[in-house]
Amino acid sequence: MTAALRFDPIRLPPKCEQLRKEVRAFLAEEIAAGTFDPHKPNREDTDVPEFSRKVGERGWLGMTWPKKYGGHERSFLERYVVTEEMRVANAPTRRFFVADRQSGPVLLKYAPEHIKMEILPRICKGEICFAIGMSEPNSGSDLFAAKTRATKTDGGYLINGTKIWTSSAHIADYMIAIFRTSPPTKENRRHGLTQFLVKMKQPGIQVNPIGQITGQYEFNEVVFTDYFVPDDHVLGEIDGAWKQATSELAYERSGPERFLETYYVLTELVRAVGNNPDTRSAEGIGRLVAQVHTMRRMSVSVAGMLQAGKEPVVEASIVKDIGTIWEQQLPHRVRELSAFVEETATNRETLEKQLDFAIKTAPKLTIQGGTTEVLRGIIARGLGLR
Amino acid sequence: MPISNSGNAVAESENIVAETAEKIFADLADAQTINRDEKGKWKAPLWQALTDAGLPLAWVPEDCGGSGASLAEGFSVLSAAGRFAVAVPLAETMLAGWLLAQAKIASPDGEMTVVPASPKDRITVNADGSLSGRARGVPFAKAAKHFAVLASDAKGGVSIALVDASKCRIEAGIGLGGDNSDTVTLDKVQPVTTKEAPQGFDQTRLMLMGGVARALQIAGALESMLEISVRYSNERVAFEKKISKFQAVQHNLARLAGESAAALAAATSAADAIANAETFDDEVFLEAAAAKIRCSEAAEKGGAIAHQVHGAIGFTVEHILHRYSLRALAWRDDFGSESYWAVELGKLVCNRGADELWPLVASR
Repeated sequence: MTAALRFDPIRLPPKCEQLRKEVRAFLAEEIAAGTFDPHKPNREDTDVPEFSRKVGERGWLGMTWPKKYGGHERSFLERYVVTEEMRVANAPTRRFFVADRQSGPVLLKYAPEHIKMEILPRICKGEICFAIGMSEPNSGSDLFAAKTRATKTDGGYLINGTKIWTSSAHIADYMIAIFRTSPPTKENRRHGLTQFLVKMKQPGIQVNPIGQITGQYEFNEVVFTDYFVPDDHVLGEIDGAWKQATSELAYERSGPERFLETYYVLTELVRAVGNNPDTRSAEGIGRLVAQVHTMRRMSVSVAGMLQAGKEPVVEASIVKDIGTIWEQQLPHRVRELSAFVEETATNRETLEKQLDFAIKTAPKLTIQGGTTEVLRGIIARGLGLR
Repeated sequence: MPISNSGNAVAESENIVAETAEKIFADLADAQTINRDEKGKWKAPLWQALTDAGLPLAWVPEDCGGSGASLAEGFSVLSAAGRFAVAVPLAETMLAGWLLAQAKIASPDGEMTVVPASPKDRITVNADGSLSGRARGVPFAKAAKHFAVLASDAKGGVSIALVDASKCRIEAGIGLGGDNSDTVTLDKVQPVTTKEAPQGFDQTRLMLMGGVARALQIAGALESMLEISVRYSNERVAFEKKISKFQAVQHNLARLAGESAAALAAATSAADAIANAETFDDEVFLEAAAAKIRCSEAAEKGGAIAHQVHGAIGFTVEHILHRYSLRALAWRDDFGSESYWAVELGKLVCNRGADELWPLVASR
């Protein structure tokens, strides 16, 4: 068998606790000022540019990046604390979250220097929003079936085709997308895709909103018609995106956002149950707390191992697999327990509204950013089964 | 079975103790050999080797007759014991020695176990200093020469006592895993030694320590179930290919890896929390109770997958799988089941209030 799974009992260092206090104080101020309501995850205004800029001012964007690009050269564990506190508070992170977690690191690794100097500091200031252009109408989990073409032209490429399910494309300033630059080869069907930096809000790009079952509009269809991308916006190796798209996923898969998406219903249930729970409620809450505690220990452990320079790829995939299933099931478990909540509970209506939204959100959690099926394939490979 | 590369995070010194234990288990407690030995001839040499290495009294300070290993070192031995599904009272003797050491009572030689082994049973100290009460589901009571007993008197004072097992009535029982799980009755038994427990030490703390020991053993057993299931799936051919090539089997094994990982993370984190705890606060309670709850859940889900992958062969006494799967299930019941601890944890969480839940979860 391959090497045993590792989940070192990582503890957050003391400087993280100071940071946590600062983040909590900041969020409390923003809540008091009416920037967002932590009890309302189902808000329509998920894009709050002013909040994004304030988070940037605090130095909580690009936390782990080099200072010369506006970063703060802090640890992944410190970033972890900021991420989890924002998530638990239901803070409006949509504008900056993708850029901070995913797009920035891709640019750091593959973009030419002048692009890094131009864009990364703006991410750190919370000024710009990124989208990810992966899925297409006939290419979802099967990423390498993508057909949107990038055809070589003078000084760059012309893009034609359609990306879909693109979250935030309607507010995004940039997209990092993969386009087909060559056909796949017989030996390697993953060959022929190239990663590009795309400037949004330009002629040649049409963004069409797609309504989701939650009532929100985060998804979009993005249609490219002879859209021009200059040569220096190619990220990494031509035809070699598959090598890039499948690396560094550990960072993306194992964060607190992979099990805390519906966490708010658990807090609200505890509030509704009150200080003296009946046995059924106590047992149900106890199990859920034991489970979320375990998920967090696993997630912090992966963050700690990443910080130590290890590559816990299988462990990270496991965190996302069981974490997303947990956050998907959570609203249903809370709903069962809410049957025993007294009619007189003052937050009954809040809990019901939250459950309604969380139950509608639940199906997407095991699809976005790598489906359960894809993750289990990766875990199986790590176990030596394929 | 050859298990290299311990999955637990342990410092170098802990590795040496754990490696000693692993070597003894590999030499003298190989699952295949034990499984074929119906008369239990393997037990005496294994116990002798463990004793020679000072492992049963690992948690007993040298001035109390033990080997003075750290809590962390002892926990790593329990993980290894779980990986081999060791069926001698090693964990029980370690816990008994640890309990006695809390009151600075020296440990005798030989097998011991802990009384009570359930949070619902109580042993009381009578006015004349003798002990009375009944404890159910005491692991390896039949094999033990002495019991480490936690008892309370009418005024709520807590005592720790060393009791001669032959002075108690023991009704033998067999647990799910095939190991003894006995009922121990003390009827005005005079202990060998009694001392007051240290300030703040109570039955909850003993149960949580026992619970973490069982969590580590379950996590270890799941690591082995994952390993032997992966190996089997890469050997067994059906429909003209290895069953490991079927996506349905791959996904089941990925789920087993997830349960094994969750158990490992919860158990090692709880062990680390207890090993480094200065006070026994809500955070340590969360770690320990959560480990017992989550590992017990994993024992059910993970064990079911291991059996599913093995098919009929795994359901036979000849195959070693049951040594791990049934013990992991049995260990759920010792020192408070997952249902018991879930109720206790739920009460604690509700008592602290909704806004104190996240600070508790994110406390370390």
